[in-house]
Amino acid sequence: MNIVVLVKQVPDTWAERRLTDSDKTLDRGSVDAVMNEIDEYAVEEALRLKEAHDGEVTVLTMGPDRAGETIRKALSMGADKAVHVSDEALHGSCAIQTAEALAAALGTLQWDLVVAGSESTDARLSIMAALLSEKLGVPQLSGARKVTVEGSAVTIERQTETGYEVVQGALPAVVSVVEKINEPRYPSFKGIMAAKKKPVTTLTVADLGLDPGTVGLANATSEVVSVTLRPPRQAGQVVKDEGDGGLKLAEYLAAQKLI
Amino acid sequence: MAEVLVLVEHADGAVKKVTLELLTAARMLGEPAAVVVGAPGSAQPLVDALAGYGATKVYAAESEEAGRYLVAPQAEVLAGLVQSAGPAAVLVASTPDGKETAARLAMRTRSGILTDVVALDADGTGTQNVFGGAVIVQSRVRSGTPVLTLRPNSVTASPAPTSATVESVPVTLSDTARGATVLDRVVEAKGSRPALADASIVVSGGRGLGAGENFTLVEKLADALGGAVGASRAATDAGWYPHQSQVGQTGVTVSPQLYVAVGISGAIQHRAGMQTSKTIVAVNKDPEAPIFELADFGVVGDLFQVIPQATEEIEKRRS
Repeated sequence: MNIVVLVKQVPDTWAERRLTDSDKTLDRGSVDAVMNEIDEYAVEEALRLKEAHDGEVTVLTMGPDRAGETIRKALSMGADKAVHVSDEALHGSCAIQTAEALAAALGTLQWDLVVAGSESTDARLSIMAALLSEKLGVPQLSGARKVTVEGSAVTIERQTETGYEVVQGALPAVVSVVEKINEPRYPSFKGIMAAKKKPVTTLTVADLGLDPGTVGLANATSEVVSVTLRPPRQAGQVVKDEGDGGLKLAEYLAAQKLI
Repeated sequence: MAEVLVLVEHADGAVKKVTLELLTAARMLGEPAAVVVGAPGSAQPLVDALAGYGATKVYAAESEEAGRYLVAPQAEVLAGLVQSAGPAAVLVASTPDGKETAARLAMRTRSGILTDVVALDADGTGTQNVFGGAVIVQSRVRSGTPVLTLRPNSVTASPAPTSATVESVPVTLSDTARGATVLDRVVEAKGSRPALADASIVVSGGRGLGAGENFTLVEKLADALGGAVGASRAATDAGWYPHQSQVGQTGVTVSPQLYVAVGISGAIQHRAGMQTSKTIVAVNKDPEAPIFELADFGVVGDLFQVIPQATEEIEKRRS
């Protein structure tokens, strides 16, 4: 079974994140960049599925040159090869355009299963699995906390607020996973060394056969028109518990008409 | 005036509150038309409630197949209506299913999509909180029929009684829509508390609780307040509380009227999931805990003393 795992490089969530003043896109320069956390779980799940069913794991990302760091991390965890969609013309892509570019890149590969994280910590749309599955015309098996492949049937436990749904589809399919699914491995020294020799193919807009008139910020299906920083919250009242802290808390809630 | 399609969230013959909020928002953009996708007979019991909030039309897309597959049937029904009715916009609740339905619709119609909108202008501009609420952006759709998902509790639902005509819509699903079959729906959590994502009061517990069984303190306070229970990542990673209750950067984002943080230090990744809450109350033994920087009211003290006392007092005041 050949698996493509989607990864994304995002600003570290420990840092203060910004949009640029110039074109209101993600400011990638000012903060540390890391692999989107949930994608580590996607890579882990892809590797476990490969270990159980054989085949190859290909890493697919879209992003500037620097996203190569995230590809290396996935390769050092154990993925076999990578495709890096990278082109200045893709800067500022909306979700629809991103899904179109990723679908085009998938068109250059032989795959049975796409595995993605359920959401990225930067945009947090959590819709990429749905967009891709619609675009590719394959089953959407999203929000999985458990994935089982038997023959050509993929069955997931889709996490819901009150429990889970059992959802099944046939390969080829798109799966997205939540962080409950596994415990991602750390890259070993051997893995890090081996990753340096693994093949990474870079694909441009032209390589993907995309119409240049449909890609990038100027052709995005939505736009950010204004950006404001949220004013910091006013520091409130803090009391030390002198044996009546709970009463004071209740009193405060009553005064605010919250009880 | 052009129609504005609103995908109805319903369960057990009743319209969910978020749909009334969506209808209220839709009235700004055009004439609300509610779209019910469900089993045969599911639309009729909802018509009065929908008309009560301004829906002049109810599209009834009824089929035994509607609930059998994951989100794609709803998206295909909406896509058909976008084609036939030419609406000004489509509004969907910003729930996990809602967002994915909206995404499929946007891709199918090659339209722009805005998710997690918290306020909507009459020209269709949406306000969104990004980077855990640290940044507020206004966005608009530039292509196709705007597909907008609105976060629950963002708009106050206000009635606008009218009468609605019901129009039956055929449900013809593509093979793709039948690709992901829902075989079973399993409820694990007990159902008496409100759902976390759209609760108006949330009480969350963190590392300070020290053990899973101590979450009963959090649950009792939540029950006294009529709220939902959340947890910090430290607590869910430790297995003290179910993963789906995690509030924060990699979990659920909440924006309730009242958020009570119990034994949670307030790391940036937790704040990202709750800092747009209207009122924040924190109890922590560490006076330097960052949660106090954003709390409207804080108690520095032992939560095992403070929380039971507060719970008892709240129950007393409420009875």
